[in-house]
Amino acid sequence: MNQNIKLRVSQIEKSFPGVKALDKIDFTVKKGSVHVLCGENGAGKSTLMKIINGVYQPDGGQIFIDEKPVKISNPIQARSLGISMIFQEMNYVPEMTVEENIFLGNLPVGKLGNVDWKEVRRRTNELLKKENLPYSPTTLLKDLTVSDIQMLEIIKAVSYNSDIIIMDEPTSAITLKEVEKLFAKIRELKARGVSIIYISHKLDEIFQIADEITVFRDGTVVESHPREELDIEQVIALMVGRKLTNTYPKEEVKIGEDILRVENLNNGNVYHDVNFHLKKGEIIGFAGLMGAGRTEVMRSLFGLDPITDGKVTIKGKEVKIKNVRQSIENGLVMLSEDRRRYGIIPVRSVKENTTLSFLQKVFYRFRLHHKTEKNIVSDMFSKMKVKTPSLETTIQSLSGGNQQKVVLAKWMIRNPDILILDEPTRGIDVGAKFEIYKLMTNLAQEGKAVIMVSSELPELIGMCDRIYVMCKGTITGEISRKDFSQELIMKYATGTLISNEVN
Amino acid sequence: MDLKNVWSTAKKKYSIFMVLFVLFFICSIINENFLTPNNLTNISRQLAVTTILAFGQTMLIISGMLDLSQGSVLALSGVFAVSAYKSTGSLVIAVLVGIVTGVVCNIVNAIMVSTFKAPPFIATLAMLTMARGVALLFTKGQNLLQLGNFVVFGQGSAGIIPIPIIFLVIIAIFTWYILKHTRFGRSLYAVGGNEEASIASGINVHKVKYTAFIINGIFVGLAGVLFMSRVNAGLPNGAVGYEFTALTAAIIGGTSFSGGVGTAAGTLAGAFIVGFLDNIMNLASVDSYMQQIVRGAIIALAVIYDIRSKNRRTKSAMGRIEDKEKPKAIKAK
Repeated sequence: MNQNIKLRVSQIEKSFPGVKALDKIDFTVKKGSVHVLCGENGAGKSTLMKIINGVYQPDGGQIFIDEKPVKISNPIQARSLGISMIFQEMNYVPEMTVEENIFLGNLPVGKLGNVDWKEVRRRTNELLKKENLPYSPTTLLKDLTVSDIQMLEIIKAVSYNSDIIIMDEPTSAITLKEVEKLFAKIRELKARGVSIIYISHKLDEIFQIADEITVFRDGTVVESHPREELDIEQVIALMVGRKLTNTYPKEEVKIGEDILRVENLNNGNVYHDVNFHLKKGEIIGFAGLMGAGRTEVMRSLFGLDPITDGKVTIKGKEVKIKNVRQSIENGLVMLSEDRRRYGIIPVRSVKENTTLSFLQKVFYRFRLHHKTEKNIVSDMFSKMKVKTPSLETTIQSLSGGNQQKVVLAKWMIRNPDILILDEPTRGIDVGAKFEIYKLMTNLAQEGKAVIMVSSELPELIGMCDRIYVMCKGTITGEISRKDFSQELIMKYATGTLISNEVN
Repeated sequence: MDLKNVWSTAKKKYSIFMVLFVLFFICSIINENFLTPNNLTNISRQLAVTTILAFGQTMLIISGMLDLSQGSVLALSGVFAVSAYKSTGSLVIAVLVGIVTGVVCNIVNAIMVSTFKAPPFIATLAMLTMARGVALLFTKGQNLLQLGNFVVFGQGSAGIIPIPIIFLVIIAIFTWYILKHTRFGRSLYAVGGNEEASIASGINVHKVKYTAFIINGIFVGLAGVLFMSRVNAGLPNGAVGYEFTALTAAIIGGTSFSGGVGTAAGTLAGAFIVGFLDNIMNLASVDSYMQQIVRGAIIALAVIYDIRSKNRRTKSAMGRIEDKEKPKAIKAK
């Protein structure tokens, strides 16, 4: 039994100033198996993985590989012990070639210290062939898709002869088809005897791939089971420590008149002839494949991108939106899909991040009103259940879910009439997801309106009153709640079916 | 635990002032000429010009920009102000001409940086060269002499307080007020911290950048008047490299070159640290070449300190690391 254990950590502890990140963690990974870690953001999964990968040193406890105690002081040492980590957000140089990337930091050198490029080429070709990948060693990384690059990362791990591969949220940015490709690869690696630690929030995926599942909560292991002994409901309950009776807190709301009407919206060849409308109290969804133009339409409505042609009517008044300030004044705000890029000012406090959208509210009569600002922010935070050590904490130190709530709080203090949410739940945990759904429902009840752009069909189906489906830059279908089905959405999204109802 | 936190925030926030205090103390002990009213007034008079420039740099650096043209534009504003005084005999007009010159040059900077998206480093480098050229062309390379009453700004006193100090104090308070108590100040931090997110939060980034440069222009223009007045001449070749002294003060004062971080008080302290060091080295007759080496070493130390403390900040924060500089940076959620 014991030879079967590849990696074992025992009584691992780690504290950061003010936080106990890990508390006496015990955890084992078997040879040739996929071990899934799940838990809310900030539960300690990533910290543990960083300890195993040598990025952090534990305050106490021991790591065993093949039942031999080891000390891992840095990622290079981890690599030599056969541990590789593939990060959630990959960092790469777009102008670098495939072969340079594979051997980055590990280039074979000749006698004079010169790089042996022939050897690099030979080994790259060998690897690409072995893994059945169709691109050449000289392809630039910027010409590859996210999933291709991910595959490369995996190959890289394989090229180091890693027998423990850690994957942190590998599917957060890739399409369904690519996920299948990734899973095939994982199964293949497993068959070779490689152990895989897989961190993910996507519970349906977890059940496709896991052999064992360990749930983390607040820096401790809650429970660890073979997959057969668990189901999704149980895992969610373990993660949040309570039973979520309803994943989607959708409620019946009285629908009012049109609040937003978009007619024949065009922007060059990015999208064309987009028509839709939104009523008070409504939550509408935008479904579609990547590159269908959903985000682009929303960015235009919010004033981030230009509109070349078309008519936008908000509350019965035609508006010309040229910048974000105008859309905010019209009561329309948007939560961007890329939080790091468009959502947060990393080095500034959560307080400043929140009031950024409404500076007039705290700067008036020639000064900053500290107390007003504090009150506005802490009221909003308690309403939205934002967890932060203090209002002065920099936003970059919060977990993803809490950052997302702060960005939402930023818009909520403006009391908007129309809220556009672009992939609001990407990469955040179940608990925070629920809070965001709840907020959407509350807004709808207040007579506001919500547009949700999402690639996760279950949440669109769960939360929306109507769904528009986009394909190749235009709306191909409109579905009302009673007709919702994943199949129908996918038909519209792939362009195999085009509805006549769309006005 | 709590006490430790309080201590560490205090350390982070006030360490620069402790350094200033300790330096002041050491200087007073090692040289008896340091702690004399005469010397201290002298230091302040000299420091006024570069510190005013440093406040301009602080606002720019916080919003992710900088100004390399300060020295040249200072010289240009200065010689324009001097010649305006010489032809009109009005101090008010002279000051206005100086300020307007500084502002106009900086609007050109802003056009390059904000409207045409030129990197501030290159754009203001261009202005550095141009402004100096205009100053030399205008004066035909000659120094303007016999300034008469114009010297009052640099050499005069109101009671016992030297006039440059009054300017310095007003500008220091103004900068503090702007950064702390205005929407514009808050926007500066946001734009420097993440420009795209600022745009997406409804901040008028163009306006912020233009305003930052215009205020910098006012400061540079005033500094030009003070400088020429103190040396009692219109020097088209004067104040070369002052922008670097100003940058040094801002960096030592904790303004982060990555943007989004910095305070007026920090810059003031930074400027005085530089000033005290220069002064004590002069009093101790340290070789002037040696002085340059020391100054350079201090900039290096300040930057290393900034980067290290930033790394600590991010690492201590539950394991989030967000460091674009490192190519193999590790990112976690």
